Amino acid sequence: MLQVTDLAKYYNGQPVFSGFDLHLPAGRFQVLLGPSGCGKTTLFNTLTGVTFKDAGAITWQGEAVPHLGNLCAYMHQKDLLLPWFSLMDNALLPARTRGGDMAAAQDRAGQLFFRLGLGGYESHRPDQVSGGMRQRCALVRTLMFDRDLILLDEPLSALDAITRQRHQHLLLLLQTEFGKTILMITHDVDEALLLADDIFLLTPMPMTLFRRFSPALPKPRAFDDPKLLHTKAEILDHLEKGGVS
Amino acid sequence: MNRAGFSAAALVCLLLGIWEGAVRIWEIPVFILPPPSQIGWTAIVKAPLILPHAAVTGAEICLGVLLALATAVPLAVAMFAKPMLEKALSPFLVASQAIPVFALAPLLVIWLGYGIASKVFMAWIIIFFPITVSLLQGLKSCDPEYRTLFTLMGSPFFKTLALLYWPWALPQFFAGLRVGVSVATIGAVIGEWVGAQQGLGFLMIQSNARLQTPLVFAAILWLAAMGLFLWGLVGMLEKQIITWKS
Repeated sequence: MLQVTDLAKYYNGQPVFSGFDLHLPAGRFQVLLGPSGCGKTTLFNTLTGVTFKDAGAITWQGEAVPHLGNLCAYMHQKDLLLPWFSLMDNALLPARTRGGDMAAAQDRAGQLFFRLGLGGYESHRPDQVSGGMRQRCALVRTLMFDRDLILLDEPLSALDAITRQRHQHLLLLLQTEFGKTILMITHDVDEALLLADDIFLLTPMPMTLFRRFSPALPKPRAFDDPKLLHTKAEILDHLEKGGVS
Repeated sequence: MNRAGFSAAALVCLLLGIWEGAVRIWEIPVFILPPPSQIGWTAIVKAPLILPHAAVTGAEICLGVLLALATAVPLAVAMFAKPMLEKALSPFLVASQAIPVFALAPLLVIWLGYGIASKVFMAWIIIFFPITVSLLQGLKSCDPEYRTLFTLMGSPFFKTLALLYWPWALPQFFAGLRVGVSVATIGAVIGEWVGAQQGLGFLMIQSNARLQTPLVFAAILWLAAMGLFLWGLVGMLEKQIITWKS
């Protein structure tokens, strides 16, 4: 369980966010929904310790921690695969940097390749496969971190619309099959509705959570579920108002 | 041969033709300017004389390159790892380039003698800088998002260096190495001019004093060929190692 209290980050004296609170129970899929440039990536960088927080407390599993850098796995909209390594070597990076039983890691990665439809492509280089396959390889790498908490930073926004739809259900596997706790940021309303247990709408500069939606629908969900469409209309309505005020 | 290669070859032939023609029409004495045909002929028939000298100069250059690699790579990595070190050392690096090698050559001969050591050191001074600077730039050009990924994986510096920074910097490292090997001849030859008993620079000075101008040009031709060969060798090595598209 992740608890963020009173987190603040200033940039040139201006708060990107301050007094930011978040409560993420174990096993839950939460989505922060907001326009580009509202400080979502700064929030993730602050949570992971890439930049220092200016105030606030982060608690993970009941223990206060300085940041989540060595507790979470991170997936970015860029696949961040290394072009000089095969897909398999890329997926094994977390195991290689950590050290330890490489044979076991290779077995595990092999199974994940198969599960995510990458079987047979283990020795391909990233430039030899499609963007969707690269992002799936990044997903395998994310799972190979072996961490319970996963931060997703617009993980599918670099993919074209058709490929993105096919990959949304794979993100859902992180929760349903691998039991991860997930915090995702996105500006894609449909993606949020399909995947999230809780959706938080964000206001920009300073960033605050101003409205929460918790669509209590079983997953996988359908785009055209009337309840979902109803929530969508509500969210779009709020986003519009939020933009005006 | 492709079009660009063909036009380059045609241009070279044209210039050599003008040279050859001018020397013959105005009957320029051979000791002032020999025609290219005679230079080429001398380079071939005098090969038994030139080769041992070329071997010495080649050895000086190669040792200089190896010495430069052995020092430039650790220094660039250290400066990359500790930005304080970079700030402290970069003025000295730049200053070292502001001193002409010509000015150092006589001193180096005093310190290191007439043998191969002073020439290797000269070559080292010249090659060291482009390799260090380009490798450092290459390491620093690494995308911060990749760094973040490795930070979150908890990767220690030397693992990140081996898996991420070093391969990332390789193209720029090779660019620096190519510049290095092609200017390395300058260092070696200047060292030989100042004081030596063998080497292409020594041969040039000797032949120059005896007005054996064709031999001077032949030595220059061999020197240029060696530079081109090293350039090509580094290019081949680069193609073998960098097999990915960035």
